[in-house]
Amino acid sequence: MQEWANQLCENRQFGSKMTDSKYFTTTKKGEIFELKAELNSDKKEKKKEAVKKVIASMTVGKDVSALFPDVVNCMQTDNLELKKLVYLYLMNYAKSQPDMAIMAVNTFVKDCEDLNPLIRALAVRTMGCIRVDKITEYLCEPLRKCLKDEDPYVRKTAAVCVAKLHDINAQLVEDQGFLDTLKDLISDSNPMVVANAVAALSEIAESHPNSNLLDLNPQTINKLLTALNECTEWGQIFILDCLANYSPRDDRESQSICERVTPRLSHANSAVVLSAVKVLMKFMEMLPKDLDYYGTLLKKLAPPLVTLLSAEPELQYVALRNINLIVQRRPEILKHEMKVFFVKYNDPIYVKLEKLDIMIRLASQANIAQVLAELKEYATEVDVDFVRKAVRAIGRCAIKVEQSAERCVSTLLDLIQTKVNYVVQEAIVVIKDIFRKYPNKYESVIATLCEHLESLDEPEARAAMIWIVGEYAERIDNADELLESFLEGFHDESTQVQLQLLTAIVKLFLKKPTETQELVQQVLSLATQDSDNPDLRDRGYIYWRLLSTDPVAAKEVVLAEKPLISEETDLIEPTLLEELICHIGTLASVYHKPPSAFVEGSRGVQHKRLTSSAGSGESVESPDTGSAAVSEAPTAVIPSQGDLLGDLLNLDLTPPTSTGPPPAAAPGMQMGAMDLLGGGLDSLMGDESEPLGGDIGGSPAMGAGFGAPPAAMPASFNAPISGGLDDLFDLGGGGMTMGTYIPPKAVWLPAMKAKGLEISGTFVRRSGVIQMEMTLNNKAMSVMSDFAIQFNRNSFGLAPAGPLQILTPISPNQSIEAALPLSTVGPVMKMEPLNNLQVAVKNNIDVFYFSCQYPISMLFLEDGKMERQVFLATWKDIPNENESQFQIKDCHLNSDAASNKLQGSNIFTIAKRTVEGQDMLYQSMKLTNGIWVLAELRVQAGNPNYTISLKCRAPEVSQCVFQNYETVLKN
Amino acid sequence: MTVAEMIHSLFLINHAGDIFLEKHWKSVISRSVCDYFFEAKEKAVEPENVPPVLQTPHHYLISIYRDKLFFLSVVQTEVPPLFVIEFLHRVADTIQDYFGECTESLINDNVVTLYELLEEMLDNGFPLATESNVLKEMIRPPTILRSVVNTLTGSSNVGDKLPTGQLSSIPWRRAGVKYTNNEAYFDVIEEIDAIVDKSGTTVFAEIQGVIEASVRLTGMPDLSMTFMNPSLLDDVSFHPCVRFKRWESERALSFIPPDGNFTLMNYHVSSQNLVTIPVYVKQNICFFETGPCGRLEITVGPKQTMGKTVEALMVTIHMPKAVLSANLTATQGNYSYDLATKVLVWDIGKLNPQKLPNLRGSLSLQSGAPKPEDNPSLNIDLKIQQLAISGLKVSRLEMNGEKYKPFKGVKYLTKAGNFQVRT
Repeated sequence: MQEWANQLCENRQFGSKMTDSKYFTTTKKGEIFELKAELNSDKKEKKKEAVKKVIASMTVGKDVSALFPDVVNCMQTDNLELKKLVYLYLMNYAKSQPDMAIMAVNTFVKDCEDLNPLIRALAVRTMGCIRVDKITEYLCEPLRKCLKDEDPYVRKTAAVCVAKLHDINAQLVEDQGFLDTLKDLISDSNPMVVANAVAALSEIAESHPNSNLLDLNPQTINKLLTALNECTEWGQIFILDCLANYSPRDDRESQSICERVTPRLSHANSAVVLSAVKVLMKFMEMLPKDLDYYGTLLKKLAPPLVTLLSAEPELQYVALRNINLIVQRRPEILKHEMKVFFVKYNDPIYVKLEKLDIMIRLASQANIAQVLAELKEYATEVDVDFVRKAVRAIGRCAIKVEQSAERCVSTLLDLIQTKVNYVVQEAIVVIKDIFRKYPNKYESVIATLCEHLESLDEPEARAAMIWIVGEYAERIDNADELLESFLEGFHDESTQVQLQLLTAIVKLFLKKPTETQELVQQVLSLATQDSDNPDLRDRGYIYWRLLSTDPVAAKEVVLAEKPLISEETDLIEPTLLEELICHIGTLASVYHKPPSAFVEGSRGVQHKRLTSSAGSGESVESPDTGSAAVSEAPTAVIPSQGDLLGDLLNLDLTPPTSTGPPPAAAPGMQMGAMDLLGGGLDSLMGDESEPLGGDIGGSPAMGAGFGAPPAAMPASFNAPISGGLDDLFDLGGGGMTMGTYIPPKAVWLPAMKAKGLEISGTFVRRSGVIQMEMTLNNKAMSVMSDFAIQFNRNSFGLAPAGPLQILTPISPNQSIEAALPLSTVGPVMKMEPLNNLQVAVKNNIDVFYFSCQYPISMLFLEDGKMERQVFLATWKDIPNENESQFQIKDCHLNSDAASNKLQGSNIFTIAKRTVEGQDMLYQSMKLTNGIWVLAELRVQAGNPNYTISLKCRAPEVSQCVFQNYETVLKN
Repeated sequence: MTVAEMIHSLFLINHAGDIFLEKHWKSVISRSVCDYFFEAKEKAVEPENVPPVLQTPHHYLISIYRDKLFFLSVVQTEVPPLFVIEFLHRVADTIQDYFGECTESLINDNVVTLYELLEEMLDNGFPLATESNVLKEMIRPPTILRSVVNTLTGSSNVGDKLPTGQLSSIPWRRAGVKYTNNEAYFDVIEEIDAIVDKSGTTVFAEIQGVIEASVRLTGMPDLSMTFMNPSLLDDVSFHPCVRFKRWESERALSFIPPDGNFTLMNYHVSSQNLVTIPVYVKQNICFFETGPCGRLEITVGPKQTMGKTVEALMVTIHMPKAVLSANLTATQGNYSYDLATKVLVWDIGKLNPQKLPNLRGSLSLQSGAPKPEDNPSLNIDLKIQQLAISGLKVSRLEMNGEKYKPFKGVKYLTKAGNFQVRT
């Protein structure tokens, strides 16, 4: 017994020595030398130990590449562990020793023929990992065999190897026909082989965005869905991600795929769950909302999303970022699950912030009391970032849920009473927004806010407070004193505060002119003469000139009623949201940035869009709400009148080109811009202001104060160098508008394809009604009757507004005219090309299908003429990437004729400018789904080639619009 | 959606910020890429707060923090981050499974084995084998005896046969399992997550349930488990072995189990009226406007315990930074205050309904420090044996496909999960 115990004890000691840590002990000099000797030892065991030491050094980042030949020498062995270790080493160092790596090729090739499938797979797998060109040549034959191996384990490994090889040498893979073999593997009998083939093809397709590698059709989809049930969790993710790229033919197919995917929502692997959610969210778009199944599906989506929130915090974070998207797209899914987003104090901060964001998105009248109680609780937590965000969230609640506004305001006031500095500042920033949303309701709290004026040290809070004082100057007795106190340190303030202070004092002056002249002069001179900041200076000059030329106009401009701010300020732009929904679960969904932002190097991107919503641009219409992509912090909600003027001023008036960089703020340029404004605003205001409104401006003090332009003003102030704005605002000559261009009828359905029925037709738009005009020609031997027509979903929701009115049967050789009025409220699905329309016509004989393309001008609305200012702002607001430029060749119209012709198709010219003999027409059109397209048409006298630049928030339509220009102008 | 190449490299980093293992599946990426991570770690102060997804100019870093170690993966292309995070957790699970614990020293002791494992788990970004039983057939877990025998006989710890589960339609089970004692035990464990506000009202409560199985059965047993009240389970996620169709149609769990320990099912009960809170907490923590001190009093009592005893009761409080020490008296159990972490722990033990445990006394604050703004929250830990607080009960467990009679058993346990009381 004693002996046994001793032995055990010895074994223990021996055992503890046997751990891998011993491989680290030789760190002295000559280590490499020692290892070399051991690797070349005759004893198998010693060799293996030596290779292990080498690997151990590798894992901690030591360079053991010098041992390459010695390690490769150990490769020919029947000991699988030793072989694996050598392979591990090879993968790491082959790249740095390509010539040596060739030494290994023979063994690889031999191993690919081994009797043991494990060794065959291992060899082909390792060979694929060695990124050395010389080796890849030798890889092809073994790989071809392994792709057809009898053992599925080898086949599935080989499938992955094709993707590896493609990454090293794409041409080789294509030349060798491996892609076809890989496609065949999608029909393999083993689900794991299918999953790996799908993964490999997806990866390869990624670098060839337009290739038809994953040609998904109902048959392959069926195979994938079958494999989905049987393969491993990782394989399920590959397959689901692949399914998400498929566009079902109709809602029935969509539903059947959804039905087969929903069981994945109960998978323990959260990545499987989220990939399934992606497929369902995407295919749901195709389901009619009144379908029972649609409701069932919505209900099924909530529990798995909630469950993701009980996983590890890292998983929660990714889930929350995605839920944020899902909630914006379909708030109904989680509307009853508010509580799961309540914050626990030991949640990591990144989880807390995300939860808070989603709470606001889900806030509604029904749950606002609970939400507010929570937010108030959070506002007393320790973490400063979180507290700030919680305070902001209270403000957002007030703006979002009107009924709660009062409670929110009183909560904010309570928080201000805590006197915690950053809480007070955040509260003031959000209260400003609340004032904007509910004017004349909560101004009673201003007095409380003013008490804290002194403690504000953050620019945003100071600016907000100054805005409040300026906006409500008439209600604050000592507004002038308050603003004056800020003026003392004017030059130390941040730009944001300076601009706000300037505007606020001008407002104050317009409200209480008699007491505040001195103040306004002081601020104007600070802004124009003592400041280096061009924005500030320019805004100062604008006010100065406004006040000096026409104070009434100034009042109208500066004290104009502000547009209400929108409910939610940080919604993701709809088109981006749609794209992101198609990428649920990816990095794009975590960063809320388009997937193209994640592509390194030459890899292409697939732009994915929700199928049914090619043009859902409801909010695109207004340039204010649909601004930029994603903003981390809530965007500033108050573009004060001053900002708008500032925008005008910053506007780039050089001809917009797609590549041109914005003009540098060189002095010359800046003067130019000022000149434009000088002239432009003068005439603008001159037109609008009433001559009798001069009672303020007429006062002598005013004259003295503003009459003479300050010395610093550029001498050329009034010189009309280029009256760009003048011209822009001056509508190019009226003239007669020509009628709409109607394309000639084309044969849509030839008789031979439709058992004798020939249909030709065209589209017209007459006083706002779109009609499809058709000639139906019976070339058959028998009478045709019982006509009916139906459209497939299409990009702009065109649908028959009534039944096809063909009352009498058509006898043989007779033709009949039919006009079908169309509506644009039908189901939407993006078509390729965009203006493609698929039509089914039924008669007593059969159903026939054809497709035709309508000129996009059918969809241009009669009210598509944009306000000039809006045009300027919108043009500037749409990012440059959205601009596309086209050439129209051989067009011999002058610009006025072109303008008239286009107007017939509801393309409206807003302004015309002439620069160096080149006419620029600024045009706008509005599509039936609310999308605006802005155009700049450049016509050079004597040059038959026009250049057109199109800007639109949905750039997909540009191509169609351009074609339309071309047809209209040339006919 | 390129899942491929999903993980380019993996770095294991300890608490102090040292990289102690690196594995590259494709080309070698310099460990300097981790500097971005260290920067974020520095900024986050607490390791738990390091954001799991970081963007660097050329890579994305996706990490998890587990057992005081960071598992940091480097990816180069668009990948599903959940995929990566799930995989990293699986790596940590495997380390735990193989070496008993997930610590730096154990990993260093077994570095070559781990390297071999990682190679089996991932190929070019495609997970190969992540099921424990498949891995164990390919690379045997280290045992003291085996390394001795291996050294003496020259045999290896790498399996030279294709794992049987790898490609079958039931990859989770290996063929040819044999036991002399056939047994199947199930633990139904429920954790209560709750937030209770200072007035004692439940703000939020839910139950995270899990059925852990320990099954050692010969051959290919086909089990089915039914519940007395399956309607409780409307939000479930299953081990891949569970046949989903049977669940949908009959609300029965039907499955061929993996061999050994596994999680059969997770479930989630969120409907408020089904979640009962077993204890109540009366607390009063206040700091005085004048003088550097405060007062604390906490009493815990039973609320709804279904006649069972509450055990292992513990209250943890994260005190505001200014609290220097606590001078308290506990009528039951012991308390300790860690000055470094500002955590007060009161270990109560069994809850006696006749004599409610109470902790009271004074807190002293740093002199001159302002009155703390934040109110500390209380975290409650507890256990109740033989009770699933949701009321879930297994009604039958049957076995088909094999002739022998196994030992069967089901145990229930309720624990506090994230159970917080606000003050």
